Amino acid sequence: MGVGVLYDATKCIGCRGCQIACKQWNQRKADQTTNTGSLENPPHLTAKTVTKIRFTELEYNGKFQTVFTKLQCMHCEHPACVEACPVSALQKHPEGAVTYDDKRCFGCRYCMVACPFGIPNFDWDTPIPWIRKCTFCFDRQGGGLKPACVTTCPTGALKYGNRDELLVEARARITAAPASYVDHIYGEKEVGGTSWLLLSPVPFDKLGLPKLQEEPVVVNAERAMSMVPPVLVGVAALMTGIYWVSKRRDQNGEKKNQKPQKQGAVKK
Amino acid sequence: MNELQVPQKRKFPIGLAILTAIVVLGLIPIVIRYLYGLGAISNLSDGRPWGLWISFDLYCGVALAAGGFTLAGTVYVFRLEKFHSVARPAVLTAFLGYTLVILALLVDLGQPWFIWHIFVTPNIHSPLFEVGICVVSYTVVLALEFSPAVFERLNNANIPIVNRIKWGIPLGIVRAIQIPLVILGVCLSTLHQSSLGSMLLMSPTNLHPLWYTPILPILFLNSAIAVGPAMVMFESTLTGKALGHKVSHEVMEGLGKVIPIILSIYLVLKIAGMGLNHSLGMVFTAYPYNLYWWAEIIIGIIIPIVLFTNKNFRKSDGRLFLGAAIVVLGLILNRFNVSMFALAMRPGYTYFPSWMEFAISAGLVADSMLVIWLAYRLLPMTQNAPAHAVAPGSMAR
Repeated sequence: MGVGVLYDATKCIGCRGCQIACKQWNQRKADQTTNTGSLENPPHLTAKTVTKIRFTELEYNGKFQTVFTKLQCMHCEHPACVEACPVSALQKHPEGAVTYDDKRCFGCRYCMVACPFGIPNFDWDTPIPWIRKCTFCFDRQGGGLKPACVTTCPTGALKYGNRDELLVEARARITAAPASYVDHIYGEKEVGGTSWLLLSPVPFDKLGLPKLQEEPVVVNAERAMSMVPPVLVGVAALMTGIYWVSKRRDQNGEKKNQKPQKQGAVKK
Repeated sequence: MNELQVPQKRKFPIGLAILTAIVVLGLIPIVIRYLYGLGAISNLSDGRPWGLWISFDLYCGVALAAGGFTLAGTVYVFRLEKFHSVARPAVLTAFLGYTLVILALLVDLGQPWFIWHIFVTPNIHSPLFEVGICVVSYTVVLALEFSPAVFERLNNANIPIVNRIKWGIPLGIVRAIQIPLVILGVCLSTLHQSSLGSMLLMSPTNLHPLWYTPILPILFLNSAIAVGPAMVMFESTLTGKALGHKVSHEVMEGLGKVIPIILSIYLVLKIAGMGLNHSLGMVFTAYPYNLYWWAEIIIGIIIPIVLFTNKNFRKSDGRLFLGAAIVVLGLILNRFNVSMFALAMRPGYTYFPSWMEFAISAGLVADSMLVIWLAYRLLPMTQNAPAHAVAPGSMAR
């Protein structure tokens, strides 16, 4: 199995160094935003900001707390965007990353619609727009480096490594301090598993992360697509058969009608 | 066609002027879009990446073009000659519907100039790949299916240069392959109508459970087959009114009779699909979405079944037209439900189409109406074709 990253919300201090490191490495410009009364900025992921820290203030177990969530592409094991993309611009690599190829994309935005996490974003304000999302710093990984956000994280909230080993470690952290975590590794089973994994002191739906099934979202679409060849052959055969039958019906009908007419003509 | 009278010809250009104005108005946002991007003309956002164009032009456009394959199949495969007079207009409407889809995609796609990538680096597992291939190939098939009307006209034209070309040759070729073409058209339509449902299968978490079911592709195909005849009734009555010819009552009633049968199957499948998804109880609880669901079921299925099964109702062409319009409205509601209202947006976003999005869609519809008008003026459209002219069986003899 490939690599992954474990994000531990209990270790995150919300410095947003990962946000900046990501922009530096991927050369993304700043989003123009207005003051929303929160230190969280920008309000959403955009084509310019492909990772960000979300600030959630909530009361949980009778205690007021601020919990941070790092948002970025989860790099699904069975990615809907890869299945959806009609031009193979999105690819799942065996190492774990889901990457995007500028040279193929034509901007249909089906990946945005299909993604269960709502991650891929689009350049709305340029005449030559692209889809943008976290690429797991696939280019850095190829050179033996960790993703930019992981490298820059000062508290160890982000840990890069083999996904299976990360799962073992996440489980161990929960067991060691059951009071600090909810007993749930987000991304372990969601939509068939994701390369990125999250630990949190509060339930994940309170952080605005979608509650997802364990079945990959692509299952029904895959089944439907596998039906295409038999349906094509079946409909073609059925239509040819119906044509053959209806033609014979008409020809038999014509013969019956024609015979008396011919006799009539001979008599004249 | 022959009944076109002088006063009606004079009256119509006012309508033409309006249509032309709508077309021109629709062109302005397109220019802005190519200069400043999609954000400049639309209210689309990362939270709602597909909007009016996909719901109306793609989802409704393709379904409303279903008259093309249902009628072509009825006339050429099932050989029900009764409906011959409306087959050609139905095929033209379908062709224009598909052209509209392609034109809308040229606006909606981020980089439409790379549309050919779908052939170069295809992902055959993508439902949208299937949609794209079907749009392109079925548009070609429809153009060929309709081409005899053009060749017949050119063949009989008294225009000096045009005269020198033997239009009978392509005409003969197209007629010779007409049956395979129609069958190919039915196959492609089956795939295409259903693939629009397959596309939504990818969103089990985003599409509301009242609509999400593994059999969505079958529901899409079934509802398209139901709206096909209705759209033919609707459209040919309108063009008949505007251009002064009349669709025979026999045809209208024949089409009207079929609709409740297909809609009944649709209703059963729809409920069965919800059973599969264990979402039947939601029709009473999932406010406000259940209101959309009920509106779609009552307008699109129940009212038409009640109306069209009534013999007295089918006696009047006016009522048949009204019934057909209700079926069309119900289908539009269904396609908007699945592709917009019941498709969840990302949190923190809202969407209502901008006027320029409406203008582009309206402009494209006006385009189609202009072409239909021209076709009725210039081409042999509604002829009750003599056997030697159109009936494909005649080639064999």
